[in-house]
Amino acid sequence: MNLVVNGKKTNITDRLTVSQLLLEENVKMPQMVSVELNGQILRRSDFEQTILKEDDKVEFLYFMGGGNGAD
Amino acid sequence: MELTEQQMDRYSRHIILEQVGGLGQEKLLASRVLIVGAGGLGAPAAVYLAAAGIGTIGVVDSDKVDLSNLQRQIIHHTPDIGEYKVVSAERKIRAINPDTKVRTYRQRAMADNIRDIIREYDFVIDGTDNFPAKFLINDACYFEKIPFSHAGILQFEGQLITVLPGQTTCYRCIFSSPPPANAVPSCSQAGVLGVLAGVIGSLQATEAIKYLLGIGKLLTSTLLTYNALTMEFRKVQLNRKPNCPLCSENPQIIELKDEKQIMCDLKNCKC
Repeated sequence: MNLVVNGKKTNITDRLTVSQLLLEENVKMPQMVSVELNGQILRRSDFEQTILKEDDKVEFLYFMGGGNGAD
Repeated sequence: MELTEQQMDRYSRHIILEQVGGLGQEKLLASRVLIVGAGGLGAPAAVYLAAAGIGTIGVVDSDKVDLSNLQRQIIHHTPDIGEYKVVSAERKIRAINPDTKVRTYRQRAMADNIRDIIREYDFVIDGTDNFPAKFLINDACYFEKIPFSHAGILQFEGQLITVLPGQTTCYRCIFSSPPPANAVPSCSQAGVLGVLAGVIGSLQATEAIKYLLGIGKLLTSTLLTYNALTMEFRKVQLNRKPNCPLCSENPQIIELKDEKQIMCDLKNCKC
């Protein structure tokens, strides 16, 4: 089925969960990612149960800590 | 406050803009912006805000200028190595624009000092480099109801969002809490393209100026991401989280606390 992941059309296996999508999309550190599904930011504890549907819009939002001296 | 002849000249390219004008410039001269972190993001922000004639710029930083900072922290120059960043930044801001008053805070932003500092300002720029500080600024600005620009950069990518506390999506709506320690990339994986900090820090300064002037559309409830390698800018609309631990109707966070520092301390890291 088709999804839009970070603005790009992506074909994935049917009935994946958000956790499985993170794996399938090779997100190396899923703990560093927040996920928005169709405009709603998901709770991390819901990643496992949330099953994706055709045409869902998913955004992976990455933690970015840098900015000052040390990074 | 009437603009002097010199000020009319200095700010002429602003004044000629219909959306700024003499009145807008006077507003900027009466405004106060706090920059937390005089580093990669804070440096370009401070330079442009000083040039723009912001009346008071506060700078919070406890560090000294290091040789490895100079690749991106353009407010600090080679002779400044070893000097406190706030001192170095103050000198440059004064040299750029004598109209701008500078207040320096040679300290780390912590739960026990940040609220007293930020409440003196109209807008805050988060130019910090670690998650506890980013959460602290988000929370403190929420409690004090001070708008701020959040930004982060890593390698070739950056992101920013403007937060009007209590009205628009906050940092904790997006990320409830700092990432766990085991998710933190190792020091050797880090690194950042110097000019990326310039791009993102300049965008933060743009948001500050727009807010102060009340013009345009702020980057609220929208995360802007930028990839320097692909030259892609993306805007992701992010609605407020109904169960945000901070800004929802039933918050779990009801007072300001320091989050634990879990990022490796790159300064003391030998990798």
